[in-house]
Amino acid sequence: MIVYILCFILFLVGLYGLITRRNLIKIVISLSIMEFSVFLFLVIIGYIDAGVAPIVELSNQNVIYVDPLPQAMVLTAIVIGLATTAMLLAIAIRLYRKYKTFDIREINNLRG
Amino acid sequence: MNSLIPLFVIVPLATSFLIMILGKFINGFQKTITPLVLLFLTVLSFYCLLNNHSNSYTYAIGGWEPIDNIPIAIYFVMDGFSLILLCIISLIGFLASVYSISYIAKFTSENNFYSLLCLMITGMSGVVLSGDLFNLFVFLEISVISSYALVAFGTEKEELEASFKYQVLGGIASFIILFAIGLIYWRTKTLNIADISALFHSHETSTFDLFIQILLISGFGLKAAMMPFHAWLPDAHSSAPSPISAMLSGVLIKAVGIYVIIRLFFTMFIVSEEISLLITTLGTISMVIGVLLAIGQWDIKRLLAYHSISQMGYVVLSIGIGLVLLARGVKPTVATLAIAGGLFHMVNHAVFKGLLFLNAGAIEHRINTRNLKEMGGLSKHMPVTSGTSFIASMAISGIPPFNGFFSKLIIIIAAVQAKFYLVAFLAVFVSVITLASFLKFQRYAFYNKSEHRSTSKIKEVPFPMLFSMIVMGILCLAFSLLAFPGIREQILGPAIDVLTNPNQYVQTIIGI
Amino acid sequence: MKGMSIIVKKVAQLISGLIFLYGIYIITHGHLTPGGGFAGGAIIAGAYILNILAFGSDAMNLKNKEQGSSLSESLAIFIVLMLAVFALFIGSKIFFANYLPKGQLGEIISAGAIPLYNIFIGIEVAAAIITIFLALVIFKEEVKK
Repeated sequence: MIVYILCFILFLVGLYGLITRRNLIKIVISLSIMEFSVFLFLVIIGYIDAGVAPIVELSNQNVIYVDPLPQAMVLTAIVIGLATTAMLLAIAIRLYRKYKTFDIREINNLRG
Repeated sequence: MNSLIPLFVIVPLATSFLIMILGKFINGFQKTITPLVLLFLTVLSFYCLLNNHSNSYTYAIGGWEPIDNIPIAIYFVMDGFSLILLCIISLIGFLASVYSISYIAKFTSENNFYSLLCLMITGMSGVVLSGDLFNLFVFLEISVISSYALVAFGTEKEELEASFKYQVLGGIASFIILFAIGLIYWRTKTLNIADISALFHSHETSTFDLFIQILLISGFGLKAAMMPFHAWLPDAHSSAPSPISAMLSGVLIKAVGIYVIIRLFFTMFIVSEEISLLITTLGTISMVIGVLLAIGQWDIKRLLAYHSISQMGYVVLSIGIGLVLLARGVKPTVATLAIAGGLFHMVNHAVFKGLLFLNAGAIEHRINTRNLKEMGGLSKHMPVTSGTSFIASMAISGIPPFNGFFSKLIIIIAAVQAKFYLVAFLAVFVSVITLASFLKFQRYAFYNKSEHRSTSKIKEVPFPMLFSMIVMGILCLAFSLLAFPGIREQILGPAIDVLTNPNQYVQTIIGI
Repeated sequence: MKGMSIIVKKVAQLISGLIFLYGIYIITHGHLTPGGGFAGGAIIAGAYILNILAFGSDAMNLKNKEQGSSLSESLAIFIVLMLAVFALFIGSKIFFANYLPKGQLGEIISAGAIPLYNIFIGIEVAAAIITIFLALVIFKEEVKK
């Protein structure tokens, strides 16, 4: 149970950073922290007590494997996360070139 | 027809990579192949729509057969409901790509534009077809990541800022969705929508399920820009290049937001009355507040973007009414009517909002401003733009004989019959304000005398842009035919069948 | 971008080849051990990035490199898609079907078409990560000017 709570705390750390930080790069880092807390949660739900890594071994047929599907999901989600982070950083650098600052208080042309 | 299903994903995906490879070497390759491919997809999807005789078609990728009635392959499922979405995705995509031929010529790196457009269409078709929750998430990310890049395509201050905002909020939505998918997997140990549905229907609904439902509503609500989660939409949709605004407003928020909400809540969950009332309330709030925020806007594309929120409110509330009635188990005919109204309005909104954004793009293309106060007197110089935008404005405000009138009428009738009198009143009220706001748009853009600039040099836009606008204008009229019995049963009937009988969907996949 | 000191350069030269080989090992054994296309591709990209960081490069040169890696990325992912589409024409005529003979479990040449997918996904991922890195570096160089 404690690992789930730690996961949730990690999520909150990311959320706290996202809300309080004013620097674009720090916002990207906070988003990544949130993302990885979700990945961690996904990996944990696939864990089975005393399970081993899900690689088929011919010699030993009677071992318990942990659930491989969440691991596959997390790998896919990491690839997606890579793309999102790269996009965010590219946009952040472009914004820096236009505004000469990373401070979001000064980047406020639009009011939603 | 089953073997045609993966083509909807393969063809645009292959086109997108081909453009990146061959576009550098062959001049004009990107401009010719994209409309051709999307035309092919349009024809294919309409062929499937008109020949749709069975309930749903399934396609197991990799050819993995179910073992002991447990589906292990990733499924593509095509039924009446996803076919409607596929048709509007490829149709609006085709018209937007034709429009882009002239519009995008002023930007550099056209290759990237067309490639991302194809990738976005791949993602949306995948979301609509996917029968597997995680695969749905992956396709959703493909389409939204390419839309992030497309929103920032102008690389000016505002575009970049809008894109950053869109990405942060979109990222949070993605985490919430992924988290909810994880919870669903934890509870059911499967990811197939039909399998999950069978498991949920054989167990009592617990508080845990309610939590998952709330998470999914907030995640996909953020993607669909329902009212408390709407902050990114006006910025993102107004900053994108106009054909992309038409795609985003016309198709993307439906395919990745509304479609998934409808699919999951009708097919997968056993919906309780509270959740369905919550959905109705969210729809009503976004309908009212969206239009109130739209009145004060002077930037045409922002005005249109706020109207998107409001019109999506109509769709969500009428789907919500259908859900409430189904959950209570009373008045099935009224529920059917409400769902029909919602789906019909969704299709109509794709057409008229796409057309309005294309009109806004045409105006911007010629006079380089989006501010209504700086326009005026354009109807003399741009007669086609003016005429088509008049059609679209009348359609969105619900004036007969255009398509918006019929769908709003169906929604209001359904709301009255379901005894949601307040909602029905608000729907009429919002429609009136919409009319007022679009009369303002018409007057300031096309009929007023301009005080700021000489308008004599303004010409009508080039042919590809005219072509898209005229076709969409004709479709605004033609789609009113869907309201009439006979045609409605053929097109909307299968979709409503799918939504009201979730068991059929489950049966075709796992065969229990 | 300026290069680093002679020690860093020498060490990078020595190590990057080994990292590259390790990436290839991870990719080719993707169907037998943990890893596969994505992990191996990321390692190969790491070898390249190490070299670029140690030796430095001017912006013009980087742009040429970026175009090359972008092209090879598109080509590799297109080939992956074509491998999957190829299955539509032979055998069971199903998208993504595994049409090659499966072989013996645990052998290096086994699992049908999966090693092929792994190899091309590895190329794609390596090229993609290099492209992202180069794009960000080029942005930064342009900001400096």
